[in-house]
Amino acid sequence: MKLNKKIAFLLVLVLLTTIAAGCGGTKTEAPKEVLIGANFELSGNVATFGISIMNAMEMAITEINAQGGVLGLPLKMVKSDNKSDAAESTNVATKLITQDKVIALLGPVTSTNVLAAAPVAMQYKIPLLTPTGTAAKVTVGDDGKTKEYIFRNCFIDPFQGQVGANFAVNTLKAKTAALFIEKNSDYAKGLGEVFKANFTKLGGTIVSEEAFVTEDKDFRATLTKINATKPDVIYVPSYYEQDGLIAKQARELGYTNPILGADGWDSGKLLEIAGAVALQKVYFTNHYSAFSTDPKVSKFVNDYKTKFGSVPDALAALGYDSTYMIADAIKRAGAADPAKITAALATTKGFVGVTGTVTMDDKHNPIKSAVILSFDKDGNQIFVESVNP
Amino acid sequence: MKKMMNKHTIITIIVLILLYGSVQASILLETINPFYQLNLILICINIILAVSLNLINGFTGQFSIGHAGFMAIGAYTSAIMTVKLGQSFPLAILAGAVAAAIVGFLIGLPTLRLKGDYLAIATLGFGEIIKVLFVNFEYVGGASGFHGIPHITTWTWVFFIALFTVVFIRNFIDSSHGRACISIREDEIAAETMGINTTKYKVMAFTIGAFFAGTAGALFAHYFYILQPSNFGFLRSVDYLVMVVLGGLGSITGSILAAIALTILNAALQSVAELRMVIYSLLLIVIMIFRPQGLMGNKEFSLKMFKRLGRGEKHGSVGNR
Amino acid sequence: MEHMQIFFQQLINGISLGSIYALIALGYTMVYGIIKLINFAHGDIYMVGAYVGFFAITKLNMSFIPALVASMLFCALLGIVIERMAYKPLRNATRIAALITAIGVSLFLEYGGILIVSPQPRAFPDVFPMSKLTFFDGKVYMTNQQIVIFLVAIILMILLQYIVHRTKIGKAMRAVSYDQDAALLMGINVNTTISATFAIGSALAGAAGVLVGIYYTSISPLMGIIPGLKAFVAAVLGGIGSIPGAAVGGLLMGVIEAMVSGYWSSTLRDAVAFGILILILIIKPTGIFGKNIREKV
Repeated sequence: MKLNKKIAFLLVLVLLTTIAAGCGGTKTEAPKEVLIGANFELSGNVATFGISIMNAMEMAITEINAQGGVLGLPLKMVKSDNKSDAAESTNVATKLITQDKVIALLGPVTSTNVLAAAPVAMQYKIPLLTPTGTAAKVTVGDDGKTKEYIFRNCFIDPFQGQVGANFAVNTLKAKTAALFIEKNSDYAKGLGEVFKANFTKLGGTIVSEEAFVTEDKDFRATLTKINATKPDVIYVPSYYEQDGLIAKQARELGYTNPILGADGWDSGKLLEIAGAVALQKVYFTNHYSAFSTDPKVSKFVNDYKTKFGSVPDALAALGYDSTYMIADAIKRAGAADPAKITAALATTKGFVGVTGTVTMDDKHNPIKSAVILSFDKDGNQIFVESVNP
Repeated sequence: MKKMMNKHTIITIIVLILLYGSVQASILLETINPFYQLNLILICINIILAVSLNLINGFTGQFSIGHAGFMAIGAYTSAIMTVKLGQSFPLAILAGAVAAAIVGFLIGLPTLRLKGDYLAIATLGFGEIIKVLFVNFEYVGGASGFHGIPHITTWTWVFFIALFTVVFIRNFIDSSHGRACISIREDEIAAETMGINTTKYKVMAFTIGAFFAGTAGALFAHYFYILQPSNFGFLRSVDYLVMVVLGGLGSITGSILAAIALTILNAALQSVAELRMVIYSLLLIVIMIFRPQGLMGNKEFSLKMFKRLGRGEKHGSVGNR
Repeated sequence: MEHMQIFFQQLINGISLGSIYALIALGYTMVYGIIKLINFAHGDIYMVGAYVGFFAITKLNMSFIPALVASMLFCALLGIVIERMAYKPLRNATRIAALITAIGVSLFLEYGGILIVSPQPRAFPDVFPMSKLTFFDGKVYMTNQQIVIFLVAIILMILLQYIVHRTKIGKAMRAVSYDQDAALLMGINVNTTISATFAIGSALAGAAGVLVGIYYTSISPLMGIIPGLKAFVAAVLGGIGSIPGAAVGGLLMGVIEAMVSGYWSSTLRDAVAFGILILILIIKPTGIFGKNIREKV
């Protein structure tokens, strides 16, 4: 028995060292493929988003390669997990650039993790495109200068928050609003601040400001408190799992006025979680409608459904588009050269994706129109209005 | 015997100088891959954390699982010093370490009366509270994190601070204070009967452990640009606990080896993406089942060990605790 | 809304949440009582229970009660397997090694779960029509789900109390937790008893998982981490090793959380929960229902 234990232990050690050696052993020879790095949250507290986006990206990569790849070579994505941790994000970005020699980086999901990877991308002059990092400072430094190598493919907080506030005041005729903010999400915090500023500027009053944390499932206590202030609208700019639960629990507690959200609400799962009744008078800002008749959108939605068995959410759509955007930039650059790809990304103009037509502005933010969506009595998304930037 | 010691000391010093010099030279000549450089620095930071936690868990026998909390305090304090108050880096490290030590002392004083698992739970609770407080502390960025921390930490800094930590803790353990700590681990009641002020030594070990965790936090903060409260949660504390247990409770060299092994493993597992945590968790279970006393037990790694191994002497075990 | 009504609403919210904590805390306390192991994987067994219930209802078209039983049986089995494979070899090792193994099992269930069922949350089907009891002119609600949770929790706790105090296996459990060696000498099969403890504790966690599924409608592979920690705190609060303690601790924890969220700030809720834990530990380390054990020299 004692001997067995020793042998087994040695086996484990051997396993450990082979894994370690395997890490150092992957060197690229002649370019047989175009490598792009994916630095994503595949474990840890936002793994759900990271893996969702990853799936959509892999789908995009397969499609691009089926159409002949880029520069006559197949596109290959080197995946790495950053554990939803800022330091790991720096670590992974360094590995992808210096070990795997990728020519462009995709990801991460959260603004904080993008900010942790950005200095590495800047140092090695490798373009980084985040599908989802919404904080304004992701692409713009403290000195007000645009970070040359950092790009994004999503709305920035100021734009989406403003669209939400305008809609609340002008269309919903709301005079009072309550904010219900996910305290440990920079996305929700950023949107909440912008909404608050714009709503107050338009003459509205914020009657209640409450917060929750991502892990929460029971919002009844806080919602009971919010409900007592009788707001005309509750602004909840989080992701669908919490949003759905909040809508459902708010309705259970007797709240009947509108609930307003942002692109995080977009998911096929929302209806299952909240139920159609709770989604009445729910509105949210988004990039596109998954139920749109646009052939590009319906093809993406159908392909995604066939592959993963569910309607894609906004994150998946953004991840899918970002992959195509990088591929498009590499094609336009005409070479697997980071500097040329950076230049091509910066001059992206009229790129047609699932989430709309994108033109990159001088702050490396996409200019694209927003839509406001709501739900019919069966809980299907319906189009309300379109807002141009 | 004394001659033997000297010989070993000299060999050790030569090895260390060679290690530092070769890495430093390759950094200056830019021949070292930046990814390896990053992980070498991470290894040194992890060594500081593992060795300092070993002083609390392994040598004094106090079951603490809130080490990441002290690290967070050191990291945030030092970042406030450099970013908000414009102080120098050495002063920031010192401030981070002292702040962590003070918190460690204040927490240790009431909680160290608790035994075993109860202490573990209390330290876990403190780790979580510290995290929640930083989430609610908007001055340092709240949940979205503390941005714009300068990138100052270098190989020289981490190497010499890690070295200092190891030497300090080793000497502490060999001192009469250290012996008192070990006696608490072996049998607290007996130690008390022998006239050892157990509370004093427990708090002392806890405070020193927190001090070095704070130092490591300061070095960490000034290498990785951003601090986020969610990154100092329970799982990070567990990472260091695993290093200590895997290396062997009460073995400094064990902690060092485990810190190196686990940092490399972590870097290697990045590329297996979705499988990373599954592989990591399986390794954890298998290692614990087959080697519950850790790689080194409570023995130290030394050249003499090879001689002993050659003679086929039996390994020691940690004993029942 | 009147103050009293808000207070009662928060109380109902808190008791529903607390019932779930109590069910999870019972498993923690039983396992700790018998082998002195903080079973960190317990929260993840609860997650597995939620998924078994989900698949039983959606794929096998079971109704609520059969799904609940199926989930409890599956989790009981899982508990036994985990104990036999991961914890039994470490029974004589240091506590800290066993604890790390438990954390390993926990991570394995979480990330293995992500691989198998995908990380995206699933929507638990509505098994009960949405309706509610109202008090105070309809200003205070108690939904169907809340009533079911409360009733199931009470029934299971009574059943557990019966098993522990009135059956042979319950007697064996108490004997083993009191003195393992003496129990062995008295002819009690210690291994079987420990397995039975894991089975019962895990079954309760499985039941809690299904209840959470119908209450919150959303389940995901990482859902067990936070309730696991909270339930553990609840177990300590009530006095770890004590079954009524776990029940009371769980309810108390739920009510405290609802009150802190309702009257203060939900972001400080966890800090308050852990703060109370530490305070209890310092004032009365053995918890509300714990017995003080004098250390023998």
